[in-house]
Amino acid sequence: MATEAATDIQKAEASNVTTVPEQTRTGAVYSPAVDIFENDSSITLLADMPGVKPSDLEIDLRENVLTLTGRVTPTGTSNESNVLREYRPGTFFRQFTLSEAIDQPKIDAQLTDGVLRLELPKVAKARPRQITVRSA
Amino acid sequence: MARQTQGAGVFPPMNISQDDDNFYLRAEVPGIKPGELSISALRNRVSIAGKREIPREHERVSYHRKERAEGAFNRAVTLPMEVDPERVDARYADGILTLTLPKAEQAKPRQIAVRT
Repeated sequence: MATEAATDIQKAEASNVTTVPEQTRTGAVYSPAVDIFENDSSITLLADMPGVKPSDLEIDLRENVLTLTGRVTPTGTSNESNVLREYRPGTFFRQFTLSEAIDQPKIDAQLTDGVLRLELPKVAKARPRQITVRSA
Repeated sequence: MARQTQGAGVFPPMNISQDDDNFYLRAEVPGIKPGELSISALRNRVSIAGKREIPREHERVSYHRKERAEGAFNRAVTLPMEVDPERVDARYADGILTLTLPKAEQAKPRQIAVRT
């Protein structure tokens, strides 16, 4: 993967989700930027969802499909008129298919400052086992 | 529908709105410690600077995806009229920074009554 030449942070273009599911209400749906990594015992997902409160976040895991839905409550009163509008608040939505078996009761989700940290512990039998090779 | 960007990819994205008394600036800056934000206002300019750091994970991990960006940012915007820097209010909640910038009294337009 190419390394970034500049150390300054660049704003990523929001990718708009146009496939299922479509909401019944009008509004933008965005795909949040995520980091996903794993170690031997768990898979961790970090997602940037600014403006989402923990009560407005739905995490669903069924049949190995993980679905994240984060709703943003609009801020501002109706008296306000726009001066500059660079982003349009919208719902965050992303789905992943998990290849590993996950220990569902032990899933841990934490949403602070608009960043979701989702720990998905692997089922014990899915952890890699070292197999020693004997010399005959 | 594509997002309209004025800053051509500059971070953080901001929305600015106004009513009769204040400007309201909202910026999407997830995962920032508020103490590391440097916000300053003078006359009709407000600047926001800081650094988005993604904490290093300790154990050996293998990444499937790494889409979130990190780095320094420094943005200054010019407002249509002067604000009162002493009374600026800054709040950070759920990754959104909200600044309430009261318009300077001397910059507010006066209603002029027409005598008949």
